[in-house]
Amino acid sequence: MATLNILILVCLGYVVLLFGVAFAADRLAARGGGKWLRSPLIYTLSLSIYCTAWTFYGAVGNAARSGLEFVTIYLGPTLVMISWWWGLRKLVRIGRSQRVTSIADLISSRYGKSNTLAVCVTILAVLGGTPYIALQLQSITLSFSIFAEADPTGLYREGSSVFWVAAGLAVFAILFGTRNLDANERHHGVVTAIALESVVKLFALLAVGIFVVWGIAGGLGPMMDQIDASEIGQWHVDAGRWTTFIFLSAAAFVCLPRMFQVMVVENDDESHLRTAAWAFPLYLLLMSLFVVPIAVVGLDLMPEGSNPDLFVLTVPLSQGNDWLAMLSFIGGFSSATSMVIVTAMALSTMVSNHVVMPIWLNTQEGTASVSGDVRTIVLMARRVSIAVIMALGYFYYRLSGGGAALASIGLVAFAGISQIVPALVGGLFWRGATRTGALVGLSVGFLLWIYTLLLPGMEGGIIPASVIENGPFGWGWLRPQALFGIDGIDPMVHTVMWSLSLNTIAFCVASMLSFPSPLERLQGAQFVNVFDHSAAPRGWTGSVAQSEDLMIMTQRILGTNPAQEFFQAEAERQNGRPGRLPEPTPQFLERLERELSGSVGAATAHAMIGQIVGGASVSVEDLLAVADESAQMLEYSSQLEAKSAELSRTARQLREANAKLTQVSMQKDAFLSQVSHELRTPMTSIRAFSEIMRDTDGLSEAEQTRYAAIIHDEALRLTRLLDDLLDLSVLESGQVSLNMGDASLNEVLDRAVSSALAGGDRKLSVRRVRASERIPLHTDLDRLGQVFINLISNAQKYCDAAEPVLTISAHDVGGQVVIDFTDNGGGIPPEAQSMVFEKFARVGSDKAGGAGLGLAICREIMQRLGGDVAYLPGQGGAAFRVNLPLAYRQAAQ
Amino acid sequence: MSRKVLLIEDEPNITEAIRFLLTREGWQVETHAEGTDAVQVILAARPDLVILDVMLPGKSGMDVLRDLREHDEMKVLPVLMLTARGQSRDREMAEQAGVSRFMTKPFSNTEVLTAVRDLHAQASQS
Amino acid sequence: MSSPGDGKGRPAPVRPSLFLERQSYRRRRLADAARLLPFLGAAMLALPLLWPDESEAAEALPLSSAMFYIFACWGVLILISVVFGIAARRMAAREDAEPEAEPWQR
Repeated sequence: MATLNILILVCLGYVVLLFGVAFAADRLAARGGGKWLRSPLIYTLSLSIYCTAWTFYGAVGNAARSGLEFVTIYLGPTLVMISWWWGLRKLVRIGRSQRVTSIADLISSRYGKSNTLAVCVTILAVLGGTPYIALQLQSITLSFSIFAEADPTGLYREGSSVFWVAAGLAVFAILFGTRNLDANERHHGVVTAIALESVVKLFALLAVGIFVVWGIAGGLGPMMDQIDASEIGQWHVDAGRWTTFIFLSAAAFVCLPRMFQVMVVENDDESHLRTAAWAFPLYLLLMSLFVVPIAVVGLDLMPEGSNPDLFVLTVPLSQGNDWLAMLSFIGGFSSATSMVIVTAMALSTMVSNHVVMPIWLNTQEGTASVSGDVRTIVLMARRVSIAVIMALGYFYYRLSGGGAALASIGLVAFAGISQIVPALVGGLFWRGATRTGALVGLSVGFLLWIYTLLLPGMEGGIIPASVIENGPFGWGWLRPQALFGIDGIDPMVHTVMWSLSLNTIAFCVASMLSFPSPLERLQGAQFVNVFDHSAAPRGWTGSVAQSEDLMIMTQRILGTNPAQEFFQAEAERQNGRPGRLPEPTPQFLERLERELSGSVGAATAHAMIGQIVGGASVSVEDLLAVADESAQMLEYSSQLEAKSAELSRTARQLREANAKLTQVSMQKDAFLSQVSHELRTPMTSIRAFSEIMRDTDGLSEAEQTRYAAIIHDEALRLTRLLDDLLDLSVLESGQVSLNMGDASLNEVLDRAVSSALAGGDRKLSVRRVRASERIPLHTDLDRLGQVFINLISNAQKYCDAAEPVLTISAHDVGGQVVIDFTDNGGGIPPEAQSMVFEKFARVGSDKAGGAGLGLAICREIMQRLGGDVAYLPGQGGAAFRVNLPLAYRQAAQ
Repeated sequence: MSRKVLLIEDEPNITEAIRFLLTREGWQVETHAEGTDAVQVILAARPDLVILDVMLPGKSGMDVLRDLREHDEMKVLPVLMLTARGQSRDREMAEQAGVSRFMTKPFSNTEVLTAVRDLHAQASQS
Repeated sequence: MSSPGDGKGRPAPVRPSLFLERQSYRRRRLADAARLLPFLGAAMLALPLLWPDESEAAEALPLSSAMFYIFACWGVLILISVVFGIAARRMAAREDAEPEAEPWQR
């Protein structure tokens, strides 16, 4: 007699083994090893969490009650698996390419990443999942209690054992399910552990089955006879339930959070489906192979009224085969634990991603969202979610009292979760499906499910019996189990039929009436055509393309006339009739795409045509390409902008240069004209007087002398002019060679003052502050002296004061010598100030000076010396400021 | 009767030379060295002949001539224009302005005298 | 958007050829078969609904026969699936051997 203590020990040992396996697998995967961890076999075995304790124990119970009906629960998934090529393959591909983390995430992602939808699906999943977890806990307790009954010595308390089981499972799920965050990192530990559990439960069930057939019934033939002779020995199946359950189990197989978790999220390799497509149906077949024999033998052997749900356990026990019972118990335990762990993990992912995180992020708005921060928050949210979900399951179990009501909860959960099917299938295969459609459909199905199945099925009368019998407010057509007066259907079939059909209708109608957002359309394209951008040959299938749309788009891009011309030419090419729109043949579409890509870039063109034609999808790569292209175009346009700015700058410079040239040319003309004038004027005097002296007889001595003097003066004036011109031309051409020397400023000024005053005949007193003039210079001293002389003699010539005084002051200002020549005269009138440095510029009518080249020469010289000379306005008299760098450096040429 | 010539020229040496020449020819020579008020001076002096320099301080000889010809009584006054800028454009401009004779500096004394004589003879005949 | 082999200039418009080469033809028919398989399964599993029921006929079908039929169907479906899986694997291997130029993978 296996004692309860041994059972508990075995149980604990098994749990430790699971922990060990999970831990080892995680370690192995982390080190990159363990290729077998990612094998199709492990994948297939992990899928078998579909077979929960409900099926492990309940299938036999079901068979004992209604014959072969139980098999529908396995046939549905079989059909799903063998249609993997166009069903699951797509789902898995999308799941991987979109990095989907859960069924809620998938639905949300498909419909424009709508969190509302995700929350709906999550609520649905939790609502269906919690009782389901409770069911597993119940099966474990029930099986414990079987052993407890058989072992009167043991101290067994149901409540505490359930608590510890729930807590232990929560710890396991937290430890191995929330170790890492990225949904793409797969939970190798958990998956490997549940694969092991799958083997154990299959082995246990097969062992019991073989024991029953060959150990009790005495072989296959007698077994068959016994079956036919039993109370369920005749074919009896309700057609509605049969088809409904096949459909329901197929739907649930895809939609159940835990199934989605192992099938899509944990999928390592799409090609695993190829193996699982036959291996998993085989697993299911084996699981159900001995169900009927066990049920029949159990019905035969066990006393009237014993629970057929526990035949798997009680039949071996009644035969004294304790170890087989123990194995069977472990099998049931495996079924329950693996389901609970994966469900908790999957639900926690959904709850944390779609409920907790959005709320947390909302409350955190404005504060720094550091990524590391969020990581820990997410992990914490998942852990807490797991704990909460386990607690919910536990409390649900405690509150429901573990009664028979739980037995039907599996199918109720199936019916609930299958409300996702229209949104899911529509999302995968119909691009027209919209978020609104999904929301409306889901809501309709969800509410109908609650109203017609969940609430009426609950014990304790949440819906009063009167409502069930007469409908709310006495409206008979709203009776929960006989909607619209259609009575007499099995409640489950009733619910599934109404909820799913109305769900689907609402989904389709709302989808067609609403308009999807761009993101939704994009996601829709990506989902529906997930295979196209990886494998499909390039090119457009124009079957759905609408030439009109293409035309409108093309007009927008190319402009009306070019677009019409293009389309007309195309129509002509196609059928010789230019008046009609061309058919959207693939060739035409390709040509159009090339045409458009010239304007908007290749990727954009492809995406645009893709949107209209609908034949191909817009993938992430497309979008990236569009983004790239936009970036390139942006860069290109900014380059263009820069270029055009450069061009306009160049043009401006050219205009300026041209204006300058014109000006220079005009200046040159004016200069030549001026030079001519300046030369001719003294020549005229010279010629006139020389002719007078030659031709006139009887000139007095005084006259002769005077005229000769005039000739002489004018000749000198000519010479000076020529000197100046030469000087200026040398200076301007830049060919002047500077004769650098070192001297103090006061020396240069001394020389300049004395030579200027010596040459002139007007009186000028010069005031200087000699102390400030002791500034060492390194420059062309002669040239500098020339400037000084010019300035001093200008003052001498033009200062109109009665007592002309010239003040020369020098300062050292930050590496520059500044020398001001200020006289006490009337100064230069403001309108002439800008002119004084121009060639031949003379102020007033005074002809005393030279040709008006002096200041021009001064300025040239100072610029050669790296300094400048400028007129200082507002100094009382005429004031010139000479700037000179202390250390001469080559002036910018 | 004395013939009066008004010489408007800003170069003192040239003024002196022409004055010397024309005085010896029997002209009464009046001089002026400004362009600004030249028209008023001419109107006031009522000379038989005007010798006008182009490059005058204040107002160019061209403008002086143009303004002068505005006055009806001055339409036929002989004006000999002298310029140091012997460009053809200047000559055209002078002719448009109504010059009687245009001469480029430097000129020979004979040329000036001939021109003055011719102009005076034409003026006297008409 | 360069099509494969678009070395210089624009490629000539590609005319989809009327006949697929033998292998891709095979692949398509195989895919068709895979698509049909679940319908075959559904039809086979719907058949029991036509069987005489214990409530309406005196001679109801014995459960053992029903079991035999259903498990046989199941087995057949599994077998076809195995065959298809193997064929698909071969196809995949061949595709890997001569990789198609995928326009989006630049």
